[in-house]
Amino acid sequence: MTEVSPGYFLALAGLLFTIGVVGVLVRRNAIVIFMFIELMLNAVNLFFVTFARMQGNLQGQVLVFFVLVVAAAEVVVGLALILLIARRRASLDVDKVRLLKW
Amino acid sequence: MGLNTPEIELLGIAPEIALVVGALFILIVDAIIGEGGNKWHLWILSTIALGVSIFLAVQAWGSNELQMGDMIAVDGFAAFVKITLAVFALLTVWLSRSYLHRDGIEESEFYGLLLFAVAGMMLMASAADLIMVFLALETFSLALYVLVGFRRTSLTGQESAMKYFLLGAFSSTFLLLGIAFVYGAIGSTQMYGSSAAGAGAQGIATALVSLPAGEFTLLVIATGLLVVGLGFKVAAVPFHMWTPDAYQGAPSPVTGFMAAATKLAGFAALIRLLDAILFPLRGDWRPLVIGIAVLTMVVGSVLAVVQEDLKRLLAYSSIAHAGFVFTGIIASNDRGVSGSLFYLATYGITVLGAFAVIAVLGGRDERRTTVDDFRGLFYESPLLAGALTLFLLSLAGVPATVGFVGKLVVFGAAVEAGYSWLVVVGVLASAVAAFFYLKVLVVMYMQERQEGAEPATSGYGGLATGVIGLAALATVALGLYWSPLIDFAERATFFFSAGG
Amino acid sequence: MSLPAYLPILFLLVLSTLFAVASIWVSSKLGPRKWTVAKLQPYESGIVPEEGVAENERFPVKFYLVAMLFIIFDIETVFLYPWAVAYEELALFGLIEMGVFVGLLVAVYVYVWKRGGLEWAE
Repeated sequence: MTEVSPGYFLALAGLLFTIGVVGVLVRRNAIVIFMFIELMLNAVNLFFVTFARMQGNLQGQVLVFFVLVVAAAEVVVGLALILLIARRRASLDVDKVRLLKW
Repeated sequence: MGLNTPEIELLGIAPEIALVVGALFILIVDAIIGEGGNKWHLWILSTIALGVSIFLAVQAWGSNELQMGDMIAVDGFAAFVKITLAVFALLTVWLSRSYLHRDGIEESEFYGLLLFAVAGMMLMASAADLIMVFLALETFSLALYVLVGFRRTSLTGQESAMKYFLLGAFSSTFLLLGIAFVYGAIGSTQMYGSSAAGAGAQGIATALVSLPAGEFTLLVIATGLLVVGLGFKVAAVPFHMWTPDAYQGAPSPVTGFMAAATKLAGFAALIRLLDAILFPLRGDWRPLVIGIAVLTMVVGSVLAVVQEDLKRLLAYSSIAHAGFVFTGIIASNDRGVSGSLFYLATYGITVLGAFAVIAVLGGRDERRTTVDDFRGLFYESPLLAGALTLFLLSLAGVPATVGFVGKLVVFGAAVEAGYSWLVVVGVLASAVAAFFYLKVLVVMYMQERQEGAEPATSGYGGLATGVIGLAALATVALGLYWSPLIDFAERATFFFSAGG
Repeated sequence: MSLPAYLPILFLLVLSTLFAVASIWVSSKLGPRKWTVAKLQPYESGIVPEEGVAENERFPVKFYLVAMLFIIFDIETVFLYPWAVAYEELALFGLIEMGVFVGLLVAVYVYVWKRGGLEWAE
């Protein structure tokens, strides 16, 4: 079996992270922005796992557990907040939600 | 294969454990007792938990070691920050009791989340592993997202909670990417590097010694990302966009707590990282941090001038103050570190007092928070006006208040380190800042009260008055007799770059 | 600093930014938007969505609450797997550690239960 160079995984992770950043900055829907943030988190997970293989220790894989759990907690809190707003108004557009100056 | 089970010593994280147990106890007891009644037990239980926490934090004073498998640093620096955080939280709890009771939204969740947040911030202060920094940061951030939106019926409250959440989650991914890069560079996320877990275990500090000079590039990139991630939390420009919105929409006691405690926790991690661990790389991170510091001081001060809402104004002022703290970090000498600690502790007390006055005067549902609403305040309630005057003067850095001493210390440290031009920028920014504090004072003293305006104070408890009184007392007393606290801060840095 | 060694990272950063911007731009320009009734309906694995639910509320809020509680308790079990793998080696230490962990979960469970988070019917 041919060995896939870790460089490709790093490249993929970098690509995913950058797509996430651009998505957060470009999109205006709160849920979609949040999905891009999740994409960034998972890109970091890929970094961790790839570095773990390059470094030859397990620490990076363990860290992924923590990131997963924190991401889940973030989902719960975030969706609860977004839901609260969605029930009060029809729009989730972060630009239309502007009682406060953005 | 033998596994190393870490030795479990609880002294290092005892203050945090006390808070978490207290928070769970409050939540469960209240859930079982159920609805109804005057919920006076909530603030008393919170006070007890915080009191125990302070007691335990004091016990750890003087020890200097890494615990829990090198995850936790127990040193003077951590002890100082923990005690200060608990004091901030105590003031917040007492103020919140009056505030929540008046607005009829007193619930156990508020106190529980507040205690969880403090526990997370304390962990941040003694984190000796980057993943610990991340977990601590998320612990207090998640609690704060909910606290910011605690006024569930308020549209501004919901909106600011959502914005704070989205930008906060966005920023913590950068911190996490920085951690991943550190791991990629040195194969571990430990800060100090250990003696315990075998020969292979190295940390940032040991790697900086052992690696050849050319191998630091990835570590430098990682440092930048860490500064970005933590910079969001301490509201440094250009990562400050969430600050005015979150500060305006949050309940005033929470705003005060965020300005005081979140800043302290974020800077605690930054100081430990930059001034202790990454000190050998200072040639690389200094330009970045200097840029951030200058932008933060200037943008914060200038944008505050045009604000109409007092909470927004203080939000921009808190941004400017973050810049002043950065000058102490850039100096990265002993005086810089102790000066930053002193500055953060005293700024926290002052800003808590200022937001306490706003919480009391804002009235039910915080309808009156614009600068115009405070017109002629002096003629209506001279004592509150006097207290607010004192806090604003201290924030402006007028002599005989503690704000002046704080600025003197951090600027002195920067001059000592050869950054006089940075101090010039800081002093100019303070001069601009003095203008908008004066603007508020002029409105309070010189102008007539609006016709038909609501009475300023309506139904606030004695606890809130006590908080304002204590904060005012501390502002004056420390402004005239500052040596004990500075002494304390200086001894806190002596144990600093501890580590095995 | 050995910049050349990390030049690929910089190159990749630029390239991926371009790619991300370009793909979002292209899809917004090229993608035809023809909304039909069928497309706008929520996808429920082929089952026709139930009629008679309020206009703006396709699922009752209870559904979200239970889903959130499920996610948070579900993901915590991820910590049980490493323990299971290294159960023999960890011995008593692991047992105590996991006892504390599960104890915290039970405390949270009691809280959710008593607060009425698990009651489906109003």
